[in-house]
Amino acid sequence: MEVFMTFENLLNITPNPVFSFLIWILLALFTLYLARRPFHKSVMSFGRIIRNAMRLTANSLLLAEKNLVRRNREVLMAAGLENAERALEREFDRVETAISRNLESFPKVNRGLSEIIHKLEEDYKKSEDVPPALPNWMPVIESISKIKNSGDAVVSNMLTEINKSLNEQHAKAIESYRTDMSKRHTILNKMAAPWQQVMKHLGDMNRSIGKITDRAKRIDKYMEDYEKIRKKEDSAARTLSSSSLTQFFISGFVLLIAFGGALINFNLIALPMSEMVGGASYIGPYKTSDVAGLVIILVELTMGLFLMESLRITRLFPVIGSMDDKMRHRMIWVTFTMLAILAGVESALAFMRDRIAHDMEALRQTLAGVEQTKLATSLIPTVGQMIMGFILPFALAFVGIPLESFVSSARTVLGVVAGALIRFTAFSLRLIGNVIYYLCRCVVNIYDILIFPTIWLGSLFGSKGTKSSKSKKKESFKDSGKIGVVDREDMATENKV
Amino acid sequence: MKKSIVFIIMMGILLAGCTETKKHTKGVYMLLDTSGTYALELQRARSILNYLLGVLQPGDTLAVATIDTGSFSEKDIIAKVTFDERPSVANNQKRAFMQKLENFVSAVKSSPYTDISGGILQAIEYLNEAGTGKKYILIFSDLKEDLAKGHVRDVPFRLSDFNVIALNVTKLRQDIRDPKLYMLRVEDWRTKVEGGGGGWRVINDLERLDNIFAK
Repeated sequence: MEVFMTFENLLNITPNPVFSFLIWILLALFTLYLARRPFHKSVMSFGRIIRNAMRLTANSLLLAEKNLVRRNREVLMAAGLENAERALEREFDRVETAISRNLESFPKVNRGLSEIIHKLEEDYKKSEDVPPALPNWMPVIESISKIKNSGDAVVSNMLTEINKSLNEQHAKAIESYRTDMSKRHTILNKMAAPWQQVMKHLGDMNRSIGKITDRAKRIDKYMEDYEKIRKKEDSAARTLSSSSLTQFFISGFVLLIAFGGALINFNLIALPMSEMVGGASYIGPYKTSDVAGLVIILVELTMGLFLMESLRITRLFPVIGSMDDKMRHRMIWVTFTMLAILAGVESALAFMRDRIAHDMEALRQTLAGVEQTKLATSLIPTVGQMIMGFILPFALAFVGIPLESFVSSARTVLGVVAGALIRFTAFSLRLIGNVIYYLCRCVVNIYDILIFPTIWLGSLFGSKGTKSSKSKKKESFKDSGKIGVVDREDMATENKV
Repeated sequence: MKKSIVFIIMMGILLAGCTETKKHTKGVYMLLDTSGTYALELQRARSILNYLLGVLQPGDTLAVATIDTGSFSEKDIIAKVTFDERPSVANNQKRAFMQKLENFVSAVKSSPYTDISGGILQAIEYLNEAGTGKKYILIFSDLKEDLAKGHVRDVPFRLSDFNVIALNVTKLRQDIRDPKLYMLRVEDWRTKVEGGGGGWRVINDLERLDNIFAK
């Protein structure tokens, strides 16, 4: 009401309210015109402060992001180097094993080959004994054939005898030749088997050498990758990063499965644990029996981790990995024994659980007033639970493998996510800063639009004034160029930032 | 060496201190009205008690007492038990408890008067002594108090941390004629219980017994 009265009073400064209103408008415009420059300066300063603050923050964030990316890259490269070293080490081990195995068998193969070759030589020498050729009958026959049959019976008989004995001798000679040739062929035939043995030995050697060659090629590839990582090439970083992401998701999935296993394990032992530690005591808000069950599972997991570590399958605890072999073997046996004991305990607990569940079910039926059905007496569920109770701890022991992958890849993935978040925050800050700055400029322009008559008049009088005095000209120039000056200042600041 | 022994002992004490039993246990005291015709309803009380035996856990306390002429007496307690921490032993206790109740229900005699207030006072005393974490007093009655001559029950209830639940509050003949009487009766008990700092609920549908421990 008071405000209304005041407003009414304001309109009563002249008899005509419209005239009074106009006077007030003019006064307001004049005042706003006078306050124009300070207003512009303050609004633009505010905009600049916000924008610059945002930009500075964004810049420092981007700097931090750069450091993070660099650090991530270093970690990634270090992990990659370690993996490559492990792969190389493994390949060298395999090559060493293959070579030692082959070299071990080499004297035997060599001896075998020598024996076979010696035998072959002997056989060859035997086969070298060329059977006596047929006697050189031809010249004799030729000379005899030149004897003319003069019809003499003696000569004729003699020739017939000669022919007969010749034929006999010839048949004998051919028979002998054939026998010798047959012997030679038999010897040569026997040589085929040693030759096959030689071929087999040589084939085996060829295969072994081929395997070693393959491994050598693989080692070459690993060495190439290793070199790339060592040189910190971008392609290596990309490969390692993508490999890390894959590892992260796969190991995460396997860990989820393991978590499911642990949960089932927990349910198997939580109820019977209440029979051991009591079902009414609590540690904080949790039942002591539940906590005890959880502790057993965690101890099993720990034993599993130590076992994997002792077997040098994982490398989460360098202390265990660097132990001497004797100590490490002891550790393997200790952890395995403890794991087996815990598995036995779990199996017993699973049996107890089955009994308690039976008892509870019987009680429930009694309380419900229903006729007690004969509860399943089959041993299959009991035995099944016991087997599960025994196997699950050993299955959980392998959780160390995906855990190691998860931990190592999570570092990279978290780094990437953190980098992306920082970049997004920096972008958002710059965006907010710019939006505020341009809003301020917008406010300045709206202000000028509201008082445009006074600005117009001001520039009009200002331009007349320029004709009268130089100093006024300067003032007027300054006034008319105010926005321009502010804009230029802003542009300069923007460029600097 | 001494330091480490002291440390281990301290840790043991600390862990032992962490194990709380009483805080999480429930104490249930059920009052059974045996006056007049309500005694006939006791068969229904059996189903409630069976439900309670089914849901109560090792470490919980359960007591059942009658509401008769003078209920402020330990003699009115029919059966009481604090279940053992081991589930197997607790199951046997439940069986024994159930047997006791069956014997009682089959041989119950109706009483001429109804001393509900005395029963509540007895319940408060018993549950406070038991020291359970959560305390429930279940009143299986029509809530019509009828004190014998000379019985004074103007003692205010101290029911902070108590939940008082009226079960199966049957409507009497006069309630059917004038429901206001029933409402006034229930409201009167609510005022008494809430005035003593306790929580008050009425469960007439015995199919919704799970609401007993809902809060």
